[in-house]
Amino acid sequence: MSEVLVVVDHADGEVKKPTYELLTIAKRLGEPSAVFFGSPEQGDAVAEKVKKYGAAKVYVVDDAQIKGFLVAPKAEALQQLAEQAGPAAILLPSTFENKEVAARLAIKIGSGLITDAVDVSDAGVTTQSVFAGNYTVQAKVTTGTPIITVKPNSAAPEESEGAGTVEAFAATISDAAKGAQIVATQPRQSTGRPELTEAAIVVSGGRGTGGNFEPVEGFADSLGAAVGASRAAVDSGWMPHAFQVGQTGKTVSPQLYVANGISGAIQHRAGMQTSKTIVAVNKDPEAPIFELVDFGVVGDLHTVLPAATEKVKERKG
Amino acid sequence: MNIVVCVKYVPDATADRKFEDDNTVDRVGVDGLLSELDEYAVEQALQFREKREGEEITVTALTVGPEKAVDAVRKALQMGADSGVHVVDDAIAGSDYLGTSLVLAKAVEKIKADAGADLVMCGMASTDASGSVVPAMLAERLGLPQVTLASVVESQGDQVRIKRDNEGSTEVIGATLPIVLSVTDQSGEARYPSFKGIMAAKKKPLETWSLTDLGLDAEQVGLSVAYTQVEDTEARPPRTAGEVVTDEDGSGAGALVEFLASKKFI
Repeated sequence: MSEVLVVVDHADGEVKKPTYELLTIAKRLGEPSAVFFGSPEQGDAVAEKVKKYGAAKVYVVDDAQIKGFLVAPKAEALQQLAEQAGPAAILLPSTFENKEVAARLAIKIGSGLITDAVDVSDAGVTTQSVFAGNYTVQAKVTTGTPIITVKPNSAAPEESEGAGTVEAFAATISDAAKGAQIVATQPRQSTGRPELTEAAIVVSGGRGTGGNFEPVEGFADSLGAAVGASRAAVDSGWMPHAFQVGQTGKTVSPQLYVANGISGAIQHRAGMQTSKTIVAVNKDPEAPIFELVDFGVVGDLHTVLPAATEKVKERKG
Repeated sequence: MNIVVCVKYVPDATADRKFEDDNTVDRVGVDGLLSELDEYAVEQALQFREKREGEEITVTALTVGPEKAVDAVRKALQMGADSGVHVVDDAIAGSDYLGTSLVLAKAVEKIKADAGADLVMCGMASTDASGSVVPAMLAERLGLPQVTLASVVESQGDQVRIKRDNEGSTEVIGATLPIVLSVTDQSGEARYPSFKGIMAAKKKPLETWSLTDLGLDAEQVGLSVAYTQVEDTEARPPRTAGEVVTDEDGSGAGALVEFLASKKFI
């Protein structure tokens, strides 16, 4: 069976859930091999994690020559790995960075690229949600090694023991690939809440919060949810851009999306329309968001949310 | 110094966007415009020029697309770009990321030969395909570093520094020109064309190039040689609006929690 390369999504060796989703999808296409860019000391620990989801091999690529630069070195390393392994497909978690890595890789190895897939069939046919979620597109890579970036929550991770054989891969990084240097990095403070794109529940606030996100955050915490924001709230400086849901922010597809004080402009819909269940609280009964909802409350979020938060806490005891 | 800004003519997101029978995006039957996200790139190119007063810096707006796509270049000229290039050829229709980036790269190389291309600027994504991959592909094809998703752009001499929000951090990236640079909607509101700008744009040079002008053959681009194939497109059934209740004396919170509990979210 051919190898399918899966780029591991992790934060400093801590493997993230989309990795397991991608390994699950990779099993439909061949034998999954995880590709870990990181510190070689963390390789074994990562292998222990990913082999539970079927990784037969774990390529450990020392990122000492890679992590200080944008995108191009990773693309070079993947090109060299692809030439050695001859994979049936290459899957990457759909982040902005990985999409750019995939872009350069596609040119380097002359292969077709599909971005932001929400599903991949065993025949390699991808499903994408386009035009603000108004269309579903089925597509396939027809030339070269399929390179597919897959969005979080695209598959339920399925456990199945793989060999998890660790193999160090020594990539040669050219000087030309080191043209864009990361001069400084400031990690964002963790909110302690789930990651926006991976969360099962997202509670968002918009213009209607008037800048006070406490009711939104309180309700999110009662449900164990991530907090999001509309572009209006971000542009007003109420929330950092990292929390923005919509066309120019994050696209989320949780089990439950709760929109509070958000009118539901097309740019926002583009980021949340594929959520399984949608709930809205808004003062304006004419707000377009109500066209999308499974359940809506016409009311002031500043009174509805705190009361709802109390009731959720009561139920949870 | 010459800055090339890549701009895309896209179907209006507020219009009824759809696909043609061959599963390509309908770019003719739906009203189009300069992609909002590319307006930010034009704005940042103009600011780059304005901040470096006294230096000779020109801005060339470049688009690839059907006849009507020239509107995207015109808008950039009205905003303040100095010259425009429209690559139009029936054979380009249906190109995927690889085809589109090939045509753009050849056009940038041709502009470079005539006027220079020290900085190539793009928006963070198109508002139709939303791929965010063409800037990186363009950089790869041109053999240039890419500095992408900038929210703040600063430059001095041939040094460019940007700030950007990454997944879990804020980063400062540095690079030496020439580079491909993409900017986000956080980089600053794009200006509206002034009346003077609209009048002046009519006299600015605007060239139309075909594939032949770029040394490309029809067999190298377009739908028939795309590396990916769309097998099916289907309009998603509209969501049917569910129950909407009006909050009276605190009834809204109770109803909301009941609903969430009935769906097992609590």
